Amino acid sequence: MNKTWVTPGGVHPPENKHQSVTQSIGQLPIPETLVIPLSQHIGAAAIPCVEIGQTVLKGQVIAKPAGVVSIPMHAPTSGTVSAIEHRPIAHSSGMLAPCIEITSDGADTWIEHEGISDYEHISPAKLVEMVGNAGISGMGGAGFPSAVKLNPGRQRPIDTLIINATECEPYITADDSAIRERAEEIVEGIKILSAILDHPNHIMIGIEDNKPEAIEALAPHVEGTGISVVVFPTKYPSGGEKQLIYILTGKELPSGKLPADIGMVCLNIGTTYAIKRAIIDGEPLVSRVTTVTGDAVGIQRNYDTLIGTPVSHLLAHNEYNEQAGGRVVMGGPMMGFTLPSAEVPIVKTTNCILAPSYAEIPDDEPAQPCIRCGMCAEACPASLLPQQLFWYAQAQDHERLEAHNLFDCIECGACSYVCPSNIPLVQYYRAAKGEIRHARDEKVKADHARERFEFHKERIEQAEREKEAKRAARREAALKAKANPPAADKINGASGTKPEAKPSSSAAEIIAAAQARAAAKQASPEDQKAKLERTIAATEQRLIVAEEKLAEAIASDSDKQAVLSAAVENTRQKLQQSKTKLAELTA
Amino acid sequence: MIELISQNPILAALVALVGLAILFGALLGFAAEKFKVEGDPIVEQIDELLPQTQCGQCGFPGCRPYAESIANGDEINKCPPGGQSTINAIANLLDVPAPELDAEHGEESEVKTVAYIREDECIGCTKCIQACPVDAILGAAKLMHTVIADECTGCDLCVEPCPVDCIDMLPVEETIADWRWSIPVQPGQMIATDRRGELASQPNSEDAA
Amino acid sequence: MQEFAVILVSSILINNYVLVQFLGLCPFMGVSNKLESAIGMAAATTFVLTLTAMASYVVNALVLEPLGLIYLRTIAFILVIAAVVQFTKMFIEKTSPLLYRVLGVFLPLITTNCAVLGVALQNTSKDLNFVQSSLYGFGAGAGFSLVLIFFSAMRERLASADVPVSFRGAAIAMITAGLMSLAFMGFSGLV
Repeated sequence: MNKTWVTPGGVHPPENKHQSVTQSIGQLPIPETLVIPLSQHIGAAAIPCVEIGQTVLKGQVIAKPAGVVSIPMHAPTSGTVSAIEHRPIAHSSGMLAPCIEITSDGADTWIEHEGISDYEHISPAKLVEMVGNAGISGMGGAGFPSAVKLNPGRQRPIDTLIINATECEPYITADDSAIRERAEEIVEGIKILSAILDHPNHIMIGIEDNKPEAIEALAPHVEGTGISVVVFPTKYPSGGEKQLIYILTGKELPSGKLPADIGMVCLNIGTTYAIKRAIIDGEPLVSRVTTVTGDAVGIQRNYDTLIGTPVSHLLAHNEYNEQAGGRVVMGGPMMGFTLPSAEVPIVKTTNCILAPSYAEIPDDEPAQPCIRCGMCAEACPASLLPQQLFWYAQAQDHERLEAHNLFDCIECGACSYVCPSNIPLVQYYRAAKGEIRHARDEKVKADHARERFEFHKERIEQAEREKEAKRAARREAALKAKANPPAADKINGASGTKPEAKPSSSAAEIIAAAQARAAAKQASPEDQKAKLERTIAATEQRLIVAEEKLAEAIASDSDKQAVLSAAVENTRQKLQQSKTKLAELTA
Repeated sequence: MIELISQNPILAALVALVGLAILFGALLGFAAEKFKVEGDPIVEQIDELLPQTQCGQCGFPGCRPYAESIANGDEINKCPPGGQSTINAIANLLDVPAPELDAEHGEESEVKTVAYIREDECIGCTKCIQACPVDAILGAAKLMHTVIADECTGCDLCVEPCPVDCIDMLPVEETIADWRWSIPVQPGQMIATDRRGELASQPNSEDAA
Repeated sequence: MQEFAVILVSSILINNYVLVQFLGLCPFMGVSNKLESAIGMAAATTFVLTLTAMASYVVNALVLEPLGLIYLRTIAFILVIAAVVQFTKMFIEKTSPLLYRVLGVFLPLITTNCAVLGVALQNTSKDLNFVQSSLYGFGAGAGFSLVLIFFSAMRERLASADVPVSFRGAAIAMITAGLMSLAFMGFSGLV
């Protein structure tokens, strides 16, 4: 039996998982349209590589990754690309984001795809490339590109592989039902991961003790593989990466570091399944298991959902009763967020759609003043001081917030859950984190602007210095000329190049020389004529524009009429002058 | 000698005090040489906190001169682009109270703006290029002038010099990447007539009657 | 050995210069807004107190008493204190310009800190030897530092707390100082 450790704090909210595991994973009818957001992951948004009107097959690449920390997107079903535009997505701001909409043709035809069965003899780099091409990102909720996570670099040997089957949040049973039905494939996926990571010494599946069926399902498949299924007592939030690492290994992940820095890699069990499908079956990530639950829906069940399925499609299929509950939550009751509308699509990180009734999750009670009881600090699984963070967030004291490790907060909500004054603590921390990040960005921009300004000053000063130097040189030359005997009259360049200033002792001679230069600059009559004609043409054009503007201004009775009519007059006069000059020349 | 001093108290007092003064004076003089300080690094630290738009709204020709002035005791609330957050940061650094932004120098605007040249009207005079403190305008004499939006700090200095008035300050659109959570309402504000924190001198419809 | 412990406990806790003898209140209230400046001030004052206790003992023993100039004690001690503070000021200006800027006028005001002169004069009135005087000086500084740091930590928390409008700022600080003083008076009778 593997030893397990106990994380500090944590709470035991009512589990409410039994409602959604009474049936097997269901299939949904294909929705009419699917909307695939280009950014469903941490990193740069994908770039579309299809056009509107193009026919696509299931699994076809519709968006390419942008850079290293990015993933491609694939068509979840066959059909036609009907739009590439901004659409509402599942984001707390309610703002729109770029998406690709596909109108399904109902046939659900797969593109030709092929996996490899002998992954042990393929190089890890190639396997990671396949994972990347399949568009797999963390399906536990964070959405970090898995190919990047599986590529920790040769200088970081991986000693422990942890598969996260905890699913600690109430209501969600997506991973639980996936394990019950797909245990064999999941174990296959773990073996693939082991091959990618050069066979780490320890491979553990961390699972809570409230999933006996899943544990039983895994048991026969892990026998003799070296993979241990480590069961530990249920507590929220044990499923957080740092918390799970501590429970299974007793090691604390230092602030600001990644698990790879201590020789560990932690992946969600759903992601593991997706990796198996990608490598062995050659299928990119186009669907995931999503729990639909809550008392406001008639049927509570897990479904194999296509990425991009509108939430309304899910709800309609499950007899959603809008009157029974005030909101639809994407995610669980602790870390999920209320959707701005049901017309948003499911993304790769959506593990649950929760439609609670008013009785299940009542409206928020108004927050009351903090009584400094300290319950929040007792509940915090990251051993932070939520009370202090709250006071400093209110006072917007960024220095003190960072000193109290604000960025180590995993926003699990345990502190808000226990607060007797119903203070929405996590919202304070999110706001404070946003403020601090914004201030950091502003600082970077300001530093950049300062650099440019200093360079600008430098440049001006340099130009001044050069001008000074030239002036000094010319003065020197003039003085030297005075000392030397005066030279003959200077020659004028026929092509109009500025001749060098020849030394001349008397003022009259200097003036004569300058006049001669000016005359030389006039160049030939043909050139002059051509130049005048060009000027006339340009001035005529300007006149037309100016007259148009004046007409507009008169039509709209704007107060710029006087200014514009003066401009028109000016341009007319200039045109007249140029025409006169041309006439003189040709005469 | 000691007897002379001991018997003559006034002389003793004089000698003692003068002696002590000379001794300590010498020690301090030596220390002053050893601990000589050049320059004033506080100016650097204040300059780091200013937004570097070089807009001149504070009355100084740039952010560094204003930082120097603050180091010499000037008011810290003259920078509108920096806004209240900059005032708070400087107050925190210098351990002085943080006043409100001085409205005389401008208002803090919520929306960031960036300059945009209407190219149809540009005459290529380079006056705006010379005015821009961060060289964010691309162009040359008689050639098209364009603002590089990423480099523009929104300082407004190019709008004035333009002889054809073809520069607009357009607001920058907020994208989903810029969106931030807003801080929740202070807890405990449940009673409607509870004027916690506000001065009671403000009349409202109930009291004015 | 025991004697040293008694001196330290006495000067730090029982007869705390700030909260029990009410000396040195000016920097106590003035520099306690932020923890960093309070720590800097505490260090500076402890340094000044220790050096002053030692120097004033030496001046008293070698110059004032042999020449029968006891009546010049106050002036001579002020001279010593001013010199030590000036030296401290130069040292801080060199090593930490930010602290120098933050302490501002309170740094030269250590000269007029009645705790410093108080320690010097009390040492002479109690007729202590050099080691005891220095220990008293150091203990006074340590007690001042302890209380100043506690107080500034409390004031920082008060700054972001929900204090009624009429109490904000100096008022709640004074009340807090009074309550701290009550607490420290509980030490009396310890030794």
